[in-house]
Formats: sequence, C-alpha cells, structure tokens
Amino acid sequence: MRIPCPFCGPRDSQEFSFLGQAGLKRPDPNAPDAQMQFHDYVHIRDNKAGVTQELWLHANGCRSWIVVTRNTLTHEITGSEFASPQVKEAAQ
Amino acid sequence: MHYSVFSIISQAFKGQKDWKPVWRYPDPKAEYEILIIGGGGHGLSTAYYLAKNHGYTNIAVIEKNYLGSGSVGRNTTIVRSNYQEPGNIPFYEHSLKLWEGLEQDFNYNAMMSQRGVLNLYHSDSQRDDYARRGNAMMMHGVRADLLNREQVRDVVPFLDFDNARFPIHGGLMQWRGGTARHDAVAWGFARGADSRGVDILQNTEAKQIRVENGKVTGVETSRGFIKAKKVGIVAAGNTTRIAETAGLRLPIESYVLQAFVSEAIKPLIPCVVTFGAGHFYISQSDKGGLVFGASLDYYTSYAARGNLPGVEDTIEEAMAIMPSISRVKLLRHWGGIMDMSMDGSPIIDKTGIDGLYINCGWCYGGFKATPASGYCFAHLLATGESHPVATALKLNRFETGYVIDEAGTGAQPNLH
Ligand SMILES: Cc1cc2nc3c(=O)[nH]c(=O)nc-3n(C[C@H](O)[C@H](O)[C@H](O)COP(=O)(O)OP(=O)(O)OC[C@H]3O[C@@H](n4cnc5c(N)ncnc54)[C@H](O)[C@@H]3O)c2cc1C
Ligand SMILES: [Zn+2]
Repeated sequence: MRIPCPFCGPRDSQEFSFLGQAGLKRPDPNAPDAQMQFHDYVHIRDNKAGVTQELWLHANGCRSWIVVTRNTLTHEITGSEFASPQVKEAAQ
Repeated sequence: MHYSVFSIISQAFKGQKDWKPVWRYPDPKAEYEILIIGGGGHGLSTAYYLAKNHGYTNIAVIEKNYLGSGSVGRNTTIVRSNYQEPGNIPFYEHSLKLWEGLEQDFNYNAMMSQRGVLNLYHSDSQRDDYARRGNAMMMHGVRADLLNREQVRDVVPFLDFDNARFPIHGGLMQWRGGTARHDAVAWGFARGADSRGVDILQNTEAKQIRVENGKVTGVETSRGFIKAKKVGIVAAGNTTRIAETAGLRLPIESYVLQAFVSEAIKPLIPCVVTFGAGHFYISQSDKGGLVFGASLDYYTSYAARGNLPGVEDTIEEAMAIMPSISRVKLLRHWGGIMDMSMDGSPIIDKTGIDGLYINCGWCYGGFKATPASGYCFAHLLATGESHPVATALKLNRFETGYVIDEAGTGAQPNLH
C-alpha cells in the first residue's frame, strides 16, 4: 500500500503510523453528559466497511498528520490532505 | 451415528458405504426461539451448548457463507489459558478444561494436542514480568512453569539462544496449552448441534435486525424474514456491521491478521513457541507444515487479505529466533478479519435492546475461547444471567472503567 503524502508525495505505508477514524471532536468536559460523551469519544468508532477518512502520521517522513481517504474493503486510497487547517492553508 | 473404532472397522468391511452426511441442509422455518447470527466456531458452540445444556431445539444458526469460512478456519490454532487479568483467567481456564474433554463430549476428533505453549523472555525485566504472569495464573489454580535458559534448551535446542539483539534467557511454559485442528472444531460443534435438532442455515446472510418498541422481533435475511424471540450476534470481524442495523454502536474495530504455513518438514518443533521481543508464534502441524503468524496489519480492514509489510515483519521475527528455518519454503499465506475491542478483551453480554445479545471482541485470541464462549453465551441466552466465569466480560466496562487490558496499551485496538 502506498500513501500519497501531501508534502512528500507517494510513500510506502511502512513510513506511516495509523491512528484511526478522523474527525472526532473532543467533548466539552463541562457538559452535563460529559462522562458519556467522553466514553464515546475514547471507545466508540464507526468501523465502516467501505470508504473512510482516517488519521495517519508520516512518522518516518515529514511528520505531518494527514487525513487519508481509504476503502476498508479494497485498501484503495483515493485522497489525502493535511489534518491541520493551518498547515493546509499555509501549504496553498 | 456414533463415531468409534468399531464404526471405523465395520465401515471398512462395508466398503465405507454407510457413512452419513454430518449435518443437514434444512430450509429456514418461519420462527425460532433463538437465532444465532454467524456460523463460526463461537456461533456453532453456542448452538451446541444451548441444545445440550439448556434443552433448546427450536433454534438456528445463520451463516452467510459456508461453515468454517471465517476465522475459525483461518487461525493458527493455539489453545492456552496463560492470561494475567483476573477478569480473563477464570474464563480461559474454563475454556481449556472444556477443550480437555471436548472430543469425548461431542464425539469428534478435533486433534486436540496439549503439546505445551512456551513464551520466551529475552531480558531480566521481561523475566520478572513473566514470573508475575505465572504467579497470577497460579493464584487462580492454573499451573505455570518458569524455565531458565537450559530448561528451554532441553525443549527447543534449535533456537538462536545467543542472538545479539534478542538473546533467549528462558521462558514461561504452560504444558497444558497446545493446538487443535481448527476446521474439525467447527465441524464437531456443527454435528453435535445438528444432531440435537438445531437448524444450521448456510448461505443465509443477516441483512437487518428488526427491532420494534425496543424489542427484537427477528432478522431480515437473504432468504427472507425469520422471526425470533432472541437473537445473538456472533459474527466476529463483521460484528459492528450487523449491530449497526439495530442502531448499536460498539467499542470495536475490524483489522486483518495474516497467517502462514510452510511446506512439510520432519518433526522439529515439539510445542508452540512465541517470541517475546516482538509478537511471533510458531508451531508444527501434524502434517509437518510450520504454522506461524505475528501482529495484525495496523490499519482497519475488511479485506481478509494482508499487505507485504506484515509478511516482512513476520519473517524477520522468525529469523530472530529460528534462523534454522530460513530455507524452508512458504506454502500459503492468508488473512482473516478480527473484531479488535478497545481493551483487547472480549464481550459476552446483553445489549440495551430487549432480546438482543452480543458475543464479540475476540481479537487475536478467540479460537482458544471457542468452547467457553459458546458455553457462557448459551448460559446468558438461556438464563438471562452472565455465567460466573464471564461476569467481567461486560459491555459497560468501558463506561465504568473496569476494562481488562492485558497488554496495557489503552483504547488503541491495533496495539492489543
Ligand atoms: C490469522 C489468524 C490467526 C489466529 N490465531 C489464533 C490462535 O492461534 N489462537 C486463538 O485463540 N485465536 C486465534 N485467532 C482468532 C480466532 O480465530 C477468532 O477470534 C475466532 O475464530 C472468532 O470466532 P468465530 O470462530 O466465531 O469467527 P468466524 O469463524 O469468523 O465466524 C463468524 C462468522 O460470521 C459470519 N457472518 C458475518 N456476517 C454475517 C452476516 N451478516 N450474516 C450471517 N453470517 C455472517 C461469517 O461468515 C463467519 O463465518 C486467529 C485469527 C486469525 C485471523
Ligand atoms: Zn510526508
């Protein structure tokens, strides 16, 4: 599997480490149901069969966090972008 | 038909003509008392124990493919109970005890072989850690032997004891652990369930669990709607896909794990050996092939096939302890999908939906659990109460904080 890093270009997947589902929002610790929200945030994932968006770190490369669009049924990768909006903006 | 040495001899005189098919191919009934989704080892053993221990006969197992097409037919067949967390040890020990009497119980040759499971340690601190694990086992009445280097050499003299990076200092041995023939385990449970009246419905896929007013009413399948009072999801790597049709979200991610088998060689490896400085395990099948595996591929996957970095990693670990097998040719390798839970331990529990039960999160280690998983899940389905050895395997432990994290890696399923 080769992952297209927005900074380095296509690189071997072994240079990256996988964190998991992208787009999780850290809950507000002062919310009345904060305990349950944190339970979901830490433990519950979509685990989708099909196209997903997930966080990878280019650990042995430019060390950027990137969001990769990948199909979990076929391993096909169709896109990637910087995870941080600031980095995304600076890169343009 | 009861299998015995007499049935074999008498069939020899009859030209092997009287053997009967081992299970039926029934059509689905309109309604069952209990419907099990998933005809892997755990689904079949659940049905077997529901019939045998609790007298249920109006039940069915639905399997989207053929029996044994999932991980039960893809694993590296290691059976052991050398766990260290109090929530796990009694459960896995119960399982090992069931394994010890399983073949007599279901009258089928599962080739259970208690050849020993040896976990190697490579440093002083790892020895201390293994001693702690051995003590935890003994506190629950499970025997463990901490072997020094020379004692390990007596058992497996061909290892690379003086490897520059990972010298072998000794190992923790569980002599009662070993291997079993994985397909035969599925077939034995299937035959035992079928002969007690359980319908095993192959090529029948669960599409949608139907819930009305917070209560399960049945399952839409590829062969029509089947009504059921209770439904048990036992679908291993596909658990969350089925559970989400009932609106359930679970602390589980699916990953692919690869396994390998080499060409057959003369008897070399007498027990199961695991590499402590990484994650690698190897044994030799009765046919002579070396059966081995390592860690999973680190990203979520439903593809049931792995990638090359996983292959490379496995072979490197093999070479670190057993350079003697470097010229052995690889025969096959394959992958299976696993339901990795957030703490690395399984879940056998009710859900918030009346009549819907789950049995999942088996990670790398569900084969050894096959008998106890079915035993305890049948107990839960029949009585509504957790079996005494499975009381820690609750779904709400992630809310309460009572997680069972053997590896101590936290809520990152690919690290368990
Ligand atoms: C490569 C590999 C090596 C392993 N090695 C070991 C080991 O050495 N020791 C050990 O203890 N464990 C091991 N395991 C883990 C073990 O194999 C699994 O935890 C265990 O088999 C899972 O339970 P099961 O047998 O019920 O799963 P499966 O056999 O996967 O059964 C689940 C079944 O559900 C069916 N299903 C899925 N979706 C649907 C649907 N919608 N409708 C109907 N049916 C459906 C599937 O087709 C499948 O047959 C290994 C796993 C793998 C992949
Ligand atoms: Zn990069």
